[in-house]
Amino acid sequence: MTSKGIERLLLVLALSSVGSLALITFFIFWEGLPLILGTGPGDFLFSTHWAPTKGRFGIGAMIVSSVVVTLGALVLGVPLGLACAIVLAEFAPKRLKQVLKPTLELLAGIPSVVYGFLGVLWLVPLIREHLGGPGLSLLAAAVILGIMILPTIISISIDSLSAVPDLYRDGSLALGATRWQTVQRVVLPAARSGIITAIILGMGRAVGETMAVIMVAGNALKLPTSLLDPVRTLTSNIALELGYASGRHREALFATGVVLFVIIMILNLTAAAVTRRR
Amino acid sequence: MRLDPRVSQAVIISALWALTGFTLLILIVIIVNISVEGLPRVSWTFLTQPPHDMGRSGGIFSTVVATAYITFLAIVVATPLGVGTAIYLTEYTRESWLTRIIRFGAECLAGVPSIILGLFGFVLFVLKLGFGWSVLSGGLTLAIMVLPIIIRTSEEAIKAVPEEYRVVCYSLGLSQWQTIAKIVLPSALPGITTGVMLSVGRSLGETAVLLFTAGAALRTPVSLFDSGRTMAVHFYILAREGISLPNAYATAAVLMFSILGINLAAYGLMQRLMRRFS
Repeated sequence: MTSKGIERLLLVLALSSVGSLALITFFIFWEGLPLILGTGPGDFLFSTHWAPTKGRFGIGAMIVSSVVVTLGALVLGVPLGLACAIVLAEFAPKRLKQVLKPTLELLAGIPSVVYGFLGVLWLVPLIREHLGGPGLSLLAAAVILGIMILPTIISISIDSLSAVPDLYRDGSLALGATRWQTVQRVVLPAARSGIITAIILGMGRAVGETMAVIMVAGNALKLPTSLLDPVRTLTSNIALELGYASGRHREALFATGVVLFVIIMILNLTAAAVTRRR
Repeated sequence: MRLDPRVSQAVIISALWALTGFTLLILIVIIVNISVEGLPRVSWTFLTQPPHDMGRSGGIFSTVVATAYITFLAIVVATPLGVGTAIYLTEYTRESWLTRIIRFGAECLAGVPSIILGLFGFVLFVLKLGFGWSVLSGGLTLAIMVLPIIIRTSEEAIKAVPEEYRVVCYSLGLSQWQTIAKIVLPSALPGITTGVMLSVGRSLGETAVLLFTAGAALRTPVSLFDSGRTMAVHFYILAREGISLPNAYATAAVLMFSILGINLAAYGLMQRLMRRFS
């Protein structure tokens, strides 16, 4: 094959990821958009009435649930993840760091169904007995997701903290600041955009996670009024009903997918923009 | 009264270490629990016997076969696409709008949640192309899921090959493609293998994608068009429908230790590669 031919072939291969992304976007919108336009975007997004058998498709309650569960996950995951990242990047001896970093990254390898399973066995009874309610709840989902986003937050934050030049630290220490003051006033601000990226990508993971949430969140269709209420997120709505849905009902699930897809893309684009500004 | 900075530093750093310890504890508790409850039931017969009575008794043979089959297909499809993309990006172009689009596409694809990929695979492969719930539909959708992993690791591996290797080849009169095929790719092979292994790990744990593309039939899949239930999906069904807690634990143990083993091996390989070129 000629060199030009090889280059063309490689270009075709290189377009596979963009092509896949385009195909995914096309098919999700193609299947879901007609229903959104038919129901009226306002009604679809803000109505909390989801009754496929009666032809009512409103995902308001699920949007609220997804947002609250995600924020809950961040409340737990961000402090915990940042603490790990700061300890590993700034305070742990080098040898310990070399062991701890891959160990913590193992958390990412545990499948989401395993998190969901242990959530049902431990967390759900704990919540039911000590806090009340059915146990399968918004709180349970938020806690499990908080743990699941740790690897994302830890590894990106460590990278951005390690990227801060040692000169900054030396300068601050030479001025008489303590090591913590140096981290707090110099290193963290310098690594800010990386940490923000880590949090946004963690949010993306939390919004998009499905299996663990289905198992622990309770999947009720109501608008939640307390942290102990069972909730159904956008992702679990799709996964719970896709198996048997047909016709307009199936279109409504793709429409749910459209909303989820748009949210995720906005988060990804924001993360990319934050990284680029650095 | 202002606290002495050295005192507040001691307090804060201890708190950070405590949070890090807590995170590690979560990981350890998960791994120990699954090992203690699951490993005793894992035996050669468990792995090689087909499930009986929906998985209440018997082993997990058919799910092991389905997992291997689907994962193999995904890797076979994704590896040439991913490595080709990486070669194109590193060897054939300078940074331009085209490479930016390709990289951006891969990045976005990595952020697409698995439930969206499941929806996409379901509508394109299962329905439109008529593959049905099958090994083929599952494998192709998983291939799209792992493509960004293979692209990223291959690109890093190829970039890590020293420039002098290429210069020497050109000075000996080798063409660009000969240089890549004979020298660059073999040197980057450990890194590319790492990417493939991480992709296998990711595929083993995936549930949401496969539930809607490969289905959940418990028969051992033979043809590409047979439906197949992977280990992760089997575990999800055992746990969620409360079919058998002991078998769920044992399946989780097999699943988790395969993934952790593969991820650890991939990590070790990457470390060796980094040492060789630095």
